Amino acid sequence: MNPFFDFLLAFIPRAVVQGTPLLYGSVGEILTEKSGNLNLGIPGIMYAGAISSVIGGFFYNQHIVETGGVMSPALAVLIPFLSCLAGSLLMGLLYCFLTVTLRANQNVTGLAMTTFGVGIGNFFGGSLIKLSGSDLPSISLAEISKYFHAPLPFAKDLGWFGELFFSYGFMVYLAIFVAIVASWVLKRTRAGLHLRSVGENPATADAAGISVTRYKYFATCIGSMIAGLGGMYYVLDYASGSWSNNAFGDRGWLAIALVIFAIWRPGLGIPASFLFGGLYILHMYIPTGTNLAVKEIYKMAPYVVTLVVLILTSLRNKRENQPPEHLGLPYFREER
Amino acid sequence: MSETIPAVSLRGITKTFGPVKANDHVDLDVYRGEILALLGENGSGKTTLMNMLSGIYFPDEGTIAIDGRPVVIDSPHTAMQLGIGMIHQHFKLVDVFTAAENVALGMPGKLDLKETARRIREICAQYGFDVDPNQKVYEMSVSEKQTVEIVKVLYRGADILILDEPTAVLTPQEAQKLFNVLHAMRCDGKAIVIITHKMHEVLAISDRVAVLRKGSYVGETRTSQTSVSDMTTRMVGHSVKLDIERKKPKNPEPRIEVSHLSVRSAEGVLKLNDVSFTANSGEILGIAGIAGSGQKELLEAIAGLQRVESGSITYCSPSGAREELIGKSPLEISRLGVGLSFVPEDRLGMGLVGSMSVTDNMMLRTYRSGHTAFTRRRQPRDIAKHVVDDLQVATPSLRTQVQQLSGGNVQKVLVGREITSAPTVLLTAYAVRGLDINSSYVIYDLLNRQKESGVAVIYVGEDLDVLIQLADRILVLCGGEVSGIVKGTKAKKKELGLMMTHVGGERI
Repeated sequence: MNPFFDFLLAFIPRAVVQGTPLLYGSVGEILTEKSGNLNLGIPGIMYAGAISSVIGGFFYNQHIVETGGVMSPALAVLIPFLSCLAGSLLMGLLYCFLTVTLRANQNVTGLAMTTFGVGIGNFFGGSLIKLSGSDLPSISLAEISKYFHAPLPFAKDLGWFGELFFSYGFMVYLAIFVAIVASWVLKRTRAGLHLRSVGENPATADAAGISVTRYKYFATCIGSMIAGLGGMYYVLDYASGSWSNNAFGDRGWLAIALVIFAIWRPGLGIPASFLFGGLYILHMYIPTGTNLAVKEIYKMAPYVVTLVVLILTSLRNKRENQPPEHLGLPYFREER
Repeated sequence: MSETIPAVSLRGITKTFGPVKANDHVDLDVYRGEILALLGENGSGKTTLMNMLSGIYFPDEGTIAIDGRPVVIDSPHTAMQLGIGMIHQHFKLVDVFTAAENVALGMPGKLDLKETARRIREICAQYGFDVDPNQKVYEMSVSEKQTVEIVKVLYRGADILILDEPTAVLTPQEAQKLFNVLHAMRCDGKAIVIITHKMHEVLAISDRVAVLRKGSYVGETRTSQTSVSDMTTRMVGHSVKLDIERKKPKNPEPRIEVSHLSVRSAEGVLKLNDVSFTANSGEILGIAGIAGSGQKELLEAIAGLQRVESGSITYCSPSGAREELIGKSPLEISRLGVGLSFVPEDRLGMGLVGSMSVTDNMMLRTYRSGHTAFTRRRQPRDIAKHVVDDLQVATPSLRTQVQQLSGGNVQKVLVGREITSAPTVLLTAYAVRGLDINSSYVIYDLLNRQKESGVAVIYVGEDLDVLIQLADRILVLCGGEVSGIVKGTKAKKKELGLMMTHVGGERI
């Protein structure tokens, strides 16, 4: 086979696994923004989701080690999964309480949530590292990670095709599934129509008898849980179950940038995420010789693309491609 | 009527906003098969009262009964279930949705837009509307949007309809169409409440008139037994002179000469196409046209707020000097004495800062004349006091935040400020939009005084009756083109209406 094909075969799967946390984050944020909430706390929520799953997984792992039992695949997946959902739900609820119920400024709240989420992650991360008594500043949940990492059973039999499409852990497919469902809900269901109206024009939605508060709460909390899964995917699948503080990096911010890139469409988010994932690791695949400075320039690719996209989408073209009209603004019925 | 049970019966309704009593123990009955006109000055609490009926606000005191049964309307949803539908002055539509999606909003059950579209067509056929269910709202004209609003409440099975100033944005022809629809609905046995400031409409369409003054209920009469001056007296509390005095312009000379002006919007749409006219001193030039025909762009181009594609705008000062305005900054233009007061649909959008006091808003115009870094409040306070007294602005104090005032009073502050800044050219758009009859006449009077003192007044208006009475010449815009310029004394309403929809007005 020709070398270019080999390159693609190596590159695309890496781009997909890099893009998956971004896909979770951006689909979560799209749902949130459709309700008019600009949740800049997504990086913190993804971080909190990640550490929650690690906490759950860590204690299950401890339990197995102490009792000398055998790890059950179902529990090994479910416990981190549910811990992650619970952790990110709490973050979403906190954000909603502040911005919807108390009508605090969304930008300030979101940024505070990001700082808070990263702080929580590092605090509990540090505690767990102490508990595990490890020499390295990280926790390894390799046992549990195996279940997240397992490719589809028939992937090996299909050669390069299987390598390209079926070699991923189940959470990659879950991410695509969630994005498709979100897209369908927004476009085709009454709940989606109502949600969109809340983000576009809450006064109109309110007058039509739609509970603005309830939609904002539900969309933001569900969005937070989806985003939190992105954090969990990163630790338990991508990083093979090893947690170290601050390893998640700036993926949360990229997820927010992706929302704009995907012009608020979860369906478009799928290819966009994988493209961003590719850009994120582009520097490893482009031969730059010994000059490290050139490598750093390639590392800027996703951010440069985000800026370019911001410029392109801001050049007004279609009304449908603009952000929800009431994005970032609180709603109070009796305001004059 | 006294023997039938009223569809809606309000008793002792009270609502306060902070220190302002918007409604004070109001009693009101609405019957089926009847059109009730609700009258009152700005800030007399008409819209507030109707908002309580449609569940937007919740009354502090009082009871509401529907068909004799006492009810609690705690949300728009409850109001909808009780068959109450309100068509708001500012449309409650989602711009990026289609008509069908807007109509389907808030309805229970599975989303089926095809079925919704079918029922919309049915309703349209029944009452003679014309709506494309699949058209996006932002592509619609104002009158089409209003039709969607009406279809929306009918779709929900509303039989008590409230219309808040429905004709404020319509051409006479469109208004007539609306009245025909309202008549059809009345014959259908629906109860209809219409809020309007246009007295001739009240006489033309309503069966009964109820009047509010300063939040209190004044009384009601059958329309057949009342007259414009009688209604106005009830509204205001004293009699008002209802003619606009139009003096002959005193030695008019050109002030603004616009020639071959074309303006393109940011989206690339041609908003003004080859517009030419002259505005003279001591004269009121009225500009008529359907909303969005380029009025805003025209005034903004003169004030230096709009990029011009081609053409020229020349300012001829009283001393005889001629200056080209295109290319000058808005500040330089306003230093020449060209003042712009544009009253947008949302009133606070241009020119006033909602969270600042009346005095501080006056200061927005005068702060540059200060000599030190510190602000001096005395002069703006004097102007504010002058405006508040002159236009009878209902405000608890000069320190009150502008956004706490009612819409009409906000507007008086805005228009008053621009007029008292005494320019040589006064550009004003929709100065009386939504203002009650008394304040409107105060404004007309102010404009006339400016005209007599030699100011060139350009007045963009919606009410053709007023334009015909007030303006010396009327320029009609149609889709960004000058459809014609008519002398005020010779203008006919019907003719203007036709010119608004067809350039030249001959083609029908």
